[in-house]
Amino acid sequence: MTLLEIEGVSKSFGSVDVLRGIDLTIEAGSVTGLVGDNGAGKSTLMKTITGIYSVDDGTVTFNGEPITDLPPGERRSRGIEMIYQDLALAKQQDVANNIFLGREPVKRLWGLIPGYVDKARIDTEAQQMIDRLGAKIPSINRPVGYLSGGQQQSVAIARALTFEPKLVIMDEPTAALAVREVEHVLDLIRQLQKDGIAVILISHRLNDIFEVCDRIVVLRQGRLIADDPRGETSMNDVVSHIVGAA
Amino acid sequence: MSENASAARRSRSWTLGARSTYVRIESLFVLFGLSAIMAVLSPYFLQTSNLLNILLASATIGVLAIGATYVISSAGLDLSLGSVLGLSSVVGAVTAERLGMPWPLAVAACLAAGAAAGWVNGQLVTRAGIPAFIVTLGMLGIARGLALVISDGRAIYGLPEGLVYLGQGRPFGVPMPVFIFIGVAILTHYILSHTRFGAHTLAIGDNEAAARATGIRVGRHRRRLYTFSGLMAGIAGLIFMARVNAGDPTAGLNYELTAITAAIIGGTNLFGGRGSILGTMIGALIMGVLQNGLNLLAVQSYYQQMAIGAVLILAVFLDQWQARRAQAR
Repeated sequence: MTLLEIEGVSKSFGSVDVLRGIDLTIEAGSVTGLVGDNGAGKSTLMKTITGIYSVDDGTVTFNGEPITDLPPGERRSRGIEMIYQDLALAKQQDVANNIFLGREPVKRLWGLIPGYVDKARIDTEAQQMIDRLGAKIPSINRPVGYLSGGQQQSVAIARALTFEPKLVIMDEPTAALAVREVEHVLDLIRQLQKDGIAVILISHRLNDIFEVCDRIVVLRQGRLIADDPRGETSMNDVVSHIVGAA
Repeated sequence: MSENASAARRSRSWTLGARSTYVRIESLFVLFGLSAIMAVLSPYFLQTSNLLNILLASATIGVLAIGATYVISSAGLDLSLGSVLGLSSVVGAVTAERLGMPWPLAVAACLAAGAAAGWVNGQLVTRAGIPAFIVTLGMLGIARGLALVISDGRAIYGLPEGLVYLGQGRPFGVPMPVFIFIGVAILTHYILSHTRFGAHTLAIGDNEAAARATGIRVGRHRRRLYTFSGLMAGIAGLIFMARVNAGDPTAGLNYELTAITAAIIGGTNLFGGRGSILGTMIGALIMGVLQNGLNLLAVQSYYQQMAIGAVLILAVFLDQWQARRAQAR
């Protein structure tokens, strides 16, 4: 089943054409590796999916419905999550609040006063998510800025997975991690796939890409250069697509 | 360690009550220390009537400082607070005295004038993309000028009784503005520390890109914050007008300095991401004690401006010094 369909998407910043007519479809429960040189347009393409950037041309369809003109919050609530390279965490707010950022559950205080953020519920559910991920976080009420890089990564992942996403985009999720933590993220991607959640993985580490992805897509200078199942391509092919030697 | 991480370290200064409420313990020391010094220096300081005076003076500044707290903790800035106070007090007085409207309408006009000025600030900051520093500095001039134009440069005297009661009434022996201040503080504390609006305000100030990525509508939120800040200036203008029984176009001159200082001493992070109304109330009380004490000691009022300016610079210096020390550890 097709989950996401991108048709003819173009985007420029000033006089720089970052995306030039990209077509891409993502199947439900698939893991797609997205590779390309710096400035190839990978992150920009992903941000047109999450709604951070609007497109100049083309359409984005998710679950059969057009989402091209929807704001990021609306797309998130339909099941598109992204883990950003810089993690996009609010460093002075605590772990639990970061996981629920933008989606805080509310209740009536004493059954009367509306709009009360249910902090107790946020803490409980955030703790459950952290435990489920097997992440080691000193305290759910610690400001995120206190945590190590790997711990912050766990918080960003927990935020993306708490609200039952259908598609999770990961932008260089392993770049700042130690070897053991990288293995953990790759296991997590396999687990997501088992649960029927589609993943798009951006990474410079081709080993990781070849380990978990069903399919490898290469961008170069804003164009989609190659789109092959893992079994029908090789690391050499991919590298030559990336650098444009093929 | 990054700038943000060190800011996070600072936020663990000390907590009072709910963990969502940060109060810098240093600010309490300053409040009590300063009060002790004043009590020693002047026999009048601790008299009930004088303490009520301090509360009265803190009320106007406190309401303005609440506006400053919201905007600054979202990594914004509102320099127009004092001028908008003056404008709204003139608008309220014109409505009541010149137009002869009933006093509740004058109250509404006061608040609407403040909110409207804040709304304009918000539009210019978020839609035209002009830095908040410039927009609100411009509004500082515009609102003050407009107040002078409307009032022809003279204070408008002779307000209806109902209005004057809001400033001079003393139910249970406590000045009305103190009740207004406490009411506004309770409501705004609830909003900042316990609602999604407050959580998003701090998140935007902490990391705007992250807030946007999680679906928070940053532009719309900022517009609401500036309007809110203007509304606070409107309430402060109402209190000021009712207290002096006049719409004075020069009311609130340089009050933004005192209000921002109160917010910063109270623990609001100058770069956004942290702020609490409880802390700001303590900050406003410190400002009130400082001004009142200097008055009692018969220090010329010019020196008060200098003292407040120095306190602002010192507070920010200490905050950054602490952060650097935390970083070095």
